[in-house]
Amino acid sequence: MARAITPRRKAFNTALAWLIGLAIFFPILWTFLTSFKTEATAIADPPVWFFFDWTTENYSVVQERSGYFRYFWNSVLISVGSTLLGLIIAVPAAWSMAFVPARRTKDILMWMLSTKMLPAVGVLVPIYLIFRDLGILDNVWGLVFVLMMINLPIIVWMLYTYFREIPGEILEAARMDGATLKSEILYVLAPMAVPGIASTVLLNIILAWNEAFWTLNLTAAQSAPLTAFIASYSSPEGLFYAKLSAASTMAIAPILVMGWFSQKQLVRGLTFGAVK
Amino acid sequence: MTKMNRALMGATAFCMVAGVASAQQTTLTIATVNNGDMIRMQGMTDSFTEANPDIALEWVTLEENVLRQRVTTDIATNGGQYDVMTIGTYEVPIWGRQGWLTSLNDLPAEWNKDDILPAIAGGLTVDGELYAAPFYGESSMVMYRTDLMEEAGLEMPEAPTWEFIREAAAAMTDEEAEIYGICARGKAGWGENMAFLTAMANSFGARWFDEEWNAQFDQPEWRETLEFYTGMMEESGPPGASNNGFNENLALFQQGKCGMWIDATVAASFVTGADSTVADQVGFALAPDTGLGKRGNWLWAWSLAIPASTDAPEAAKTFVAWATSNEYTELVAEAEGWANVPPGTRTSLYENEEYLSAAPFAEMTLQSIESADPTNPTVDPVPYTGVQFVAIPEFQGIGTAVGQQFSAALAGTTSIDDALATAQQLTTDEMEDAGYN
Repeated sequence: MARAITPRRKAFNTALAWLIGLAIFFPILWTFLTSFKTEATAIADPPVWFFFDWTTENYSVVQERSGYFRYFWNSVLISVGSTLLGLIIAVPAAWSMAFVPARRTKDILMWMLSTKMLPAVGVLVPIYLIFRDLGILDNVWGLVFVLMMINLPIIVWMLYTYFREIPGEILEAARMDGATLKSEILYVLAPMAVPGIASTVLLNIILAWNEAFWTLNLTAAQSAPLTAFIASYSSPEGLFYAKLSAASTMAIAPILVMGWFSQKQLVRGLTFGAVK
Repeated sequence: MTKMNRALMGATAFCMVAGVASAQQTTLTIATVNNGDMIRMQGMTDSFTEANPDIALEWVTLEENVLRQRVTTDIATNGGQYDVMTIGTYEVPIWGRQGWLTSLNDLPAEWNKDDILPAIAGGLTVDGELYAAPFYGESSMVMYRTDLMEEAGLEMPEAPTWEFIREAAAAMTDEEAEIYGICARGKAGWGENMAFLTAMANSFGARWFDEEWNAQFDQPEWRETLEFYTGMMEESGPPGASNNGFNENLALFQQGKCGMWIDATVAASFVTGADSTVADQVGFALAPDTGLGKRGNWLWAWSLAIPASTDAPEAAKTFVAWATSNEYTELVAEAEGWANVPPGTRTSLYENEEYLSAAPFAEMTLQSIESADPTNPTVDPVPYTGVQFVAIPEFQGIGTAVGQQFSAALAGTTSIDDALATAQQLTTDEMEDAGYN
């Protein structure tokens, strides 16, 4: 029998959920508010909340100085490109691991995940030298490749988990009907795994969008994405908090909007098979 | 000839001319930090490219620590991503010795090398070769509230002692009004609290290493320095001082919460600028001393250097010579006023009456820079150069680790004894590992 929830408890839970939600959202809200302040108001003590002379000057200064759209376009190319490329490699890999597992499949999965435990800076110099010799430093496609490699273990793991939820008998039935491997993956497996693939794509786009080690170290002027755009507004010697906040708001806005509209897919995908 | 043919021939000729023009144009990629003077330089791009149509400029502006990591990786691996790099007096001697930088001894005569302030030029020269052209220079000095000093019944000498600073700080402190007599760096980092403390230690007769590269944190001078610093900050410093760096103290001072602030001379234009609530009540004095012959001020110059890996050294030299010239200074003065020109690099700037009247802090800045000697920074002799740092590659790591100990001592989470003992041990270990002794 389900336990009855008293109105008081329900109100408490709601209030607690709002409190946690606001605490998580607060840094974004504060950054947003600061982006409309002057530099003097941004550092005011006690802090000024809503009642100040709102100005969009920081946004125009940032746009004039940096040219936002060049960075934005690079971020789009790098995050979408690396995710799609990763998907092309990960779908067959996850299929084989989920439906035709070998004796060492679990070990291979663990090994793939273990590469995520390596500190990135440990391989900076070798990768930098390889990029230099291949002539792909400060090149968007070089970054697409690196970020694909970095996020590949996560893509494979997520897809493997989703594919395991799909009954193997359905694929066998497709084979009985004469489906080739390509048709089986494209027309039977993929449509059934759409929620999982969608959440994998969304999560990896977010991870690639926010990646700030390789995107800062392997780029210069041509292929710098929004992480470099933000880094150009931080300074240990000079108070540029309002401009930094404007740059941050511009950098996170696209991914925030995307996350907002796709949260249903994201939650559905991330909790897929969680209660079983 | 038909119209179509003529149009085709015209288009072909245009493409050829455009192709030749773009083939002849050299693009320079310039890495720089996000400081006000650098951003101003970026804004002057058109002035340079109009005078040099065969050179195009691409800017990579990054936060100081990100930039340092980025350009260090590139130059150490001969990556060739940048044609001009903005680096400081810490990197220049190390990279110059490694052969990673192009000598600038052959910059044109009109660039006037002899006009560069000797203290600044000394920090950028290795074995007679100038490896970077200073863009702006800074030292550190005391910035103080004239009104609070008057209320306390004191008068700031032009060259105060540490004892006077401590007494004045106590007299100016009014905790109820949230006014703290002294603001100084406490945040851990080789370029944060250790810049301040190393310069301060110089004036107390301390040094990082003796002539055989033995760590000196077990000597009484370091203890005296740390006891004085933590004592003064506990008596008259703001709460949470161990988390304060340049920006935090700047915010406190601009809001009228610091009686005195000892930090970079470049802050003078901020505390007297439009964003400061105390702009009309700021005075300046030399960094304090203890009478041992060394003041507690540092020396730093953000400078433009050309990596040896560039494939356009001549175009890069043309740009560097322009950006660090008197001509550039005059361009900035014309566009944004004399108070905004990059300070601290040329003798002629401090002989310019227009600049001296626009920048009330100019004379004190010059005196501070001239009183710092990176080649002879301490009371007792040392095997290294650098006033607030030791110009060896290992210093970034050691400096930050020691800075964490001293920041913890200021926060009260460790004792001065333990902080000094740990600093001595970790410095000794690192230096042994690196093969110095």
